[in-house]
Amino acid sequence: MTASLTHLQRLEAESIHILREVVAETEKPVMLYSIGKDSAVMLHLARKAFYPSPPPFPLLHVDTTWKFRAMYELRDRAAREAGMELLVYQNPEAKERGINPFDHGSLHTDMWKTEGLKQALDLYGFDAAFGGARRDEEKSRAKERIFSFRSANHRWDPKNQRPELWRLYNAKKAKGESIRVFPISNWTELDIWQYIHLENIEIVPLYFAAPRPTVERDGLILMVDDDRFRLKPGEVPVERSVRFRTLGCYPLTGAVESEATTLPQVIQEMLLTTTSERQGRAIDHDQAASMEKKKQEGYF
Amino acid sequence: MANPSSYEADALIAEDIDAYLDRHQHKSLLRFITCGSVDDGKSTLIGRLLYDSKMIFEDQLAALEADSKRVGTQGQNIDFALLVDGLAAEREQGITIDVAYRFFATDRRKFIVADTPGHEQYTRNMVTGASTADLAVILVDARKGVLTQTRRHSYLCHLLGIRNIVLAVNKMDLVDYDQQVFDRIRLAYSGFAQSIGITNFTPIPISGFAGDNITAKSANTPWYRGEPLMEILETVPLDADADRAKPFRLPVQWVNRPNLDFRGFSGLIAGGTVKPGDAVRILPSGKTSTVARVVTFDGDLEEGVAGQSVTLTLADEVDCSRGDVIAAAGDPPQAADQFEATIVWMADEEMLPGRSYWLKLGTQTVTANVQQPKYQINVNTMEHTAAKTLELNAIGVANLSTDRPLVFEAYEASRDLGGFILIDKFTNATVAAGMIHFSLRRAQNVHWQATDITREARAAAMRQKPAVLWFTGLSGAGKSTIANLVEKKLARMNRHTFLLDGDNVRHGLNRDLGFTDADRVENIRRVGEVAKLMTDAGLIVVTAFISPFRAEREMVRQMLPEGEFIEVFVDTPLAEAEKRDVKGLYAKARSGQLKNFTGIDSPYEPPEDAEIRIDTTRLSPDEAADRIVDYLLDR
Repeated sequence: MTASLTHLQRLEAESIHILREVVAETEKPVMLYSIGKDSAVMLHLARKAFYPSPPPFPLLHVDTTWKFRAMYELRDRAAREAGMELLVYQNPEAKERGINPFDHGSLHTDMWKTEGLKQALDLYGFDAAFGGARRDEEKSRAKERIFSFRSANHRWDPKNQRPELWRLYNAKKAKGESIRVFPISNWTELDIWQYIHLENIEIVPLYFAAPRPTVERDGLILMVDDDRFRLKPGEVPVERSVRFRTLGCYPLTGAVESEATTLPQVIQEMLLTTTSERQGRAIDHDQAASMEKKKQEGYF
Repeated sequence: MANPSSYEADALIAEDIDAYLDRHQHKSLLRFITCGSVDDGKSTLIGRLLYDSKMIFEDQLAALEADSKRVGTQGQNIDFALLVDGLAAEREQGITIDVAYRFFATDRRKFIVADTPGHEQYTRNMVTGASTADLAVILVDARKGVLTQTRRHSYLCHLLGIRNIVLAVNKMDLVDYDQQVFDRIRLAYSGFAQSIGITNFTPIPISGFAGDNITAKSANTPWYRGEPLMEILETVPLDADADRAKPFRLPVQWVNRPNLDFRGFSGLIAGGTVKPGDAVRILPSGKTSTVARVVTFDGDLEEGVAGQSVTLTLADEVDCSRGDVIAAAGDPPQAADQFEATIVWMADEEMLPGRSYWLKLGTQTVTANVQQPKYQINVNTMEHTAAKTLELNAIGVANLSTDRPLVFEAYEASRDLGGFILIDKFTNATVAAGMIHFSLRRAQNVHWQATDITREARAAAMRQKPAVLWFTGLSGAGKSTIANLVEKKLARMNRHTFLLDGDNVRHGLNRDLGFTDADRVENIRRVGEVAKLMTDAGLIVVTAFISPFRAEREMVRQMLPEGEFIEVFVDTPLAEAEKRDVKGLYAKARSGQLKNFTGIDSPYEPPEDAEIRIDTTRLSPDEAADRIVDYLLDR
């Protein structure tokens, strides 16, 4: 008998199984695509799950207009290569009011991401949305189901989620209700990196170290990605060799100083590092258990 | 603490990352569950495993140290339990309320730990966590020994088919690492384990708090000859490997048809292995074919094995769709429509024997009825007690029947083809988990007898289209009055009809039934079956029953061909029905002489999409009857 399946092979098989169940049991699924490394893995798994067919659902990017330029470049190419339709949604109200991360703090995330996502799902009538969240990211996510039910107004009720036994997922729902499905729930950050390495999956170059124009603010190293970045009096962008461990809106995403220019080097740094992944994201620092509140409001 | 061999990876990360990655690509995966309450030190143990396998980052550690001082229960020491608690509400209450999954890894394996809490929701959560586990760590406090909850945890793990049980006698530091304490607990547990069918378990003395026998053998327990906990976790045989030795089974999830030249059947291999050229049988049809290709994105496989997600193509054009099972031709699973199963009830609303639920097993979803339980199992004493129903967290054994044959195996033989969930058809909630024991002989031996005169032929002879006019509404709404008029009008038109009346049926066929929810469900099920037989005979059936629950009306609708079930909602407000009170029943119910009376102390669920709604405050019975007859004849 040959060797046991490896942990990555088992995780891959489980994710593919989940993707197929949703396609078989829901009417109009969509994959939320955020262009980060987790999205890259999820998209890759979708291509595997339905091969030789292209994945039978579109990709949806809920855009804030404040992502890194390099992310927009990869987004369009990745969708094309997968043979999938790409839907880009920007909350028109946020656009009109000029909501931005400099002036509006957490309202920026609320309007562009949380509200934008709800609007997009309603607009297209999607009844299932794949997301790339993982249980190891944050304490409150450790109990998140793989199939997470949302009421018709997209609220998450932690007390009213369905038990998930064996490989059985209950996708039944009433009209107007929807499911968020997390096919890579059981992957850890290291699993994601190893899989990207093993499968040679293209990711945004920002994950690799390069000299980039940056400023240091409130303990975060921020990249000055375009001329919308508002420099404070006396602030001058400094070129630093940095990379990003997580990608979001560029004025909210902290970089780490690094010389890691290859994937093995990035993984090496990650394993030797002493701070957890989400520290680079401003959103988590607001208050204790803030992710949980955001989730109840409909943010992933 | 000593640094055991599996923790020397750090040097390799720094020196040769490629070698490190290569090693870690070949790790296997073990899923396990930890059972015990907060007091047993379960969270502390899991926190310790994460800490010792370096899964905790500096910022988390800083937060942990601060939290430990603020709300911890270990004085100035680190309270590992704080690492693994979750939702904000529980953090404050100091309890966990659900199943949480944790991750850690060593050089040899990645681990997924299901962490379940220890209070009243325990059965539901533990069964969920145990369903995917290969191994269970049962925690016992060395100072307390084997408790009722130890027995409950062990029983549930055994019930869910976990073959590897580790009895972790924790807090050995608090009993001075006394071997006698350990041996006493080990012996007590052994007696109990055998009595419930656990043939093998691994006892181990540990301290999650002090770290004894977690990653390395502890100098504090020189008398312990076994392995440390981590060593056991790293070497225990995996269920996934054992599944390979079983006969081939692939529950079909999805049919892959990118173009006319390719037709593939996608699914996760539940058991065995498959190669091109293998003879397979498709269940439940029984058709046979040969495997042509085992397709994946990374190229065709020479062999697919249990646990892999693949797409098969077959040599012949055979019917096969989602829900079918492709199996080894020489050793296929059975199909049946009646089973005995253990059922774990997981919903606040109790089980209603006779009600229709969705049953999902593998990729099959069918309608199922559960009969009254044969007995309920007390998870604390293992006693069997009589039960009419099952409430939240109750476990019972019952027969169930499905509306079409289900391809299955005994749960013992296959978790994938023997484990199922029940889903409430209206709330869509997952209300129960079940494990099939065996199919009932009568299901195998009672076959449908094909008759030469078909229902279509019988209907044609009567020159009519059969139908069921299903009247529903409160007692005294006017159902029987209008139904009687409808039948008279149809008779005048030479239609062949039959009126089934609620009161009349209760004098005969259903004379054994009362008015509890469970009996009301069974009442309607029987009436539905009778109505169905009559439509098979070609008749137009008129029924007049309160039939208060949507689920049962829907069940009857499902029994009949599309369009033959016509729901007539006789809509009379409660106040109006009570005012009329033709039979004097409302007065009796109000005075407490009559229990379970619909509208008073038993619910009525009005139809949401009835074909016909009759507002008796606006229409006379005769006008109402005309409308119904018009609807029927216009079909």
